[in-house]
Amino acid sequence: MNTEESRQIIMENYLNPQNRNHPHDGYQEVNTRNVSCIDNINLYIKWNNNKIEDITFEGEACAVSISSTSIMIKNLIGKTKEEALEYIHEFYKMTNGKTFNKEMLQDACCYEEISKQGNRKVCANLPLKGMEKAILEKLK
Amino acid sequence: MNREDFPLLKEEIIYFDNSATSLKPKCVIDKMADYYTNYPANAHRGDYDLSYKVDQEYEETRELVKKFINAKYLEEIVFTSGTTESLNMIVNGFFEPLLEAGDEVLLTTSEHASNILPWFRLANKKGIKLNYIPLDNNYYVTIDNLKKVITPQTKVISIAGITNVIGDIRPVKEICKLAHENNVFVVLDGAQMVPHCKVDVKDLDVDFLAFSAHKMCGPTGVGVLYGKKELLEHLEPTLLGGGMNESFDNPSEIYLKELPTRLEAGTRNISGVIGFGEAIKYLEKIGMDNIHKREHDLRKYLIDKLLLLKHIDIINIESDSGIVTFNVSNIFSQDVAYYLNKYNICVRAGNHCAKILKSSVGVNNTVRVSIYFYNTYEEIDNLVELLSDYDKIVKEMI
Repeated sequence: MNTEESRQIIMENYLNPQNRNHPHDGYQEVNTRNVSCIDNINLYIKWNNNKIEDITFEGEACAVSISSTSIMIKNLIGKTKEEALEYIHEFYKMTNGKTFNKEMLQDACCYEEISKQGNRKVCANLPLKGMEKAILEKLK
Repeated sequence: MNREDFPLLKEEIIYFDNSATSLKPKCVIDKMADYYTNYPANAHRGDYDLSYKVDQEYEETRELVKKFINAKYLEEIVFTSGTTESLNMIVNGFFEPLLEAGDEVLLTTSEHASNILPWFRLANKKGIKLNYIPLDNNYYVTIDNLKKVITPQTKVISIAGITNVIGDIRPVKEICKLAHENNVFVVLDGAQMVPHCKVDVKDLDVDFLAFSAHKMCGPTGVGVLYGKKELLEHLEPTLLGGGMNESFDNPSEIYLKELPTRLEAGTRNISGVIGFGEAIKYLEKIGMDNIHKREHDLRKYLIDKLLLLKHIDIINIESDSGIVTFNVSNIFSQDVAYYLNKYNICVRAGNHCAKILKSSVGVNNTVRVSIYFYNTYEEIDNLVELLSDYDKIVKEMI
């Protein structure tokens, strides 16, 4: 994915993010924020047994965090807990500059270059950290 | 002005985050390196020449601070790790034993966390009541508004001299006068004030003052707690240990040293204190009035230019300090900061540790430009040029 394509995906998801709304009852709520910056996002997850049926979010955050949340939501709905954790770990590999599964991450590959910007890496990882926390809570 | 004194300014960097911390001139860096290289002994242990020199240098800084803020006695100057520690010592060491349930403390919603959280904890612990002086339309504290909230139960007013988001300069002298007429103590958070204008504790008549070295060309990890001597005598040490005790045998026989040593337990940040002395000499040489005027002129220049940009919403158009807080329409403050960072411009985005201010201003996060005397009109031109192109910001903010 070239820089311009990446930029376009990020901007589209920032300006029109997926499922930015407060859900009805029956959703698991998890807050995710960075200690070093001001991004602050609430994720709401609807489970159907082991499967993610729906995710919505609310919050205030930068373009990278918002777009990353939107892309994550699109890519994780329909996945099982285990599949979602695998996706999250591949995402971390990417933002840490390691080899990762491009096929699995799909358009989330737009953050591949972010491993070179330490201060924005935390923004891209933010929703994934929240989702990971939510899944681990459910697995307890 | 004086840019040649700052090693970092030889690089292509524009530093507008001076409210967070200032840059350090070479003379301060050299002074600290001199301590570590040539006389790195402990203070107050002066049985040999090296240690004696440490004492001399350390205590010289106390003299310099006393003169700088025009304190009456040397014992009124206590070295701490910074404003945060100073304020915590004042709240926990002086007011906690003094205040009783039902007593009131007046704050404002634009205070920094360091002047809020110690009071929150004391409120939870002792049942004291916290009230906020209402801010006017410019988010200023006025004497009229203060009069409205002082009650017979009010015991303390604890406020910043200049706030770190709005940058308003509070009428401290008038506040102290009104407070003292009502038997109320005044605690002044001077973190943003002492580095930027002349602060005379005798003239202002403040009871306590806290400030940090690192915001005024000095090193990090050093600050000052000033208190009127008769009050400081009653401040219970929150740290006990070496250096501050006279003698001890058992729990009922602990004898502490006189002020200020009693409040400086353990080995202090010696290199920091010595470097701080050099920073004060440096600022005195430039002149605090010159520094204040320079910042005022630069701020006006920046505000006048930003007012021409329709997509910039300035939060604090009117205030007098070097702090300018704004947002770019529909762009998250952090994205603006990242965009400017691409051009080596350092600004701060966020809530700037004033987390309850949003209740007054209605905005959670902002971009803050904070100016010091070494900033230039050309730097402001560069900043404004980058901010003037909205499409460019959107294009380059990620």
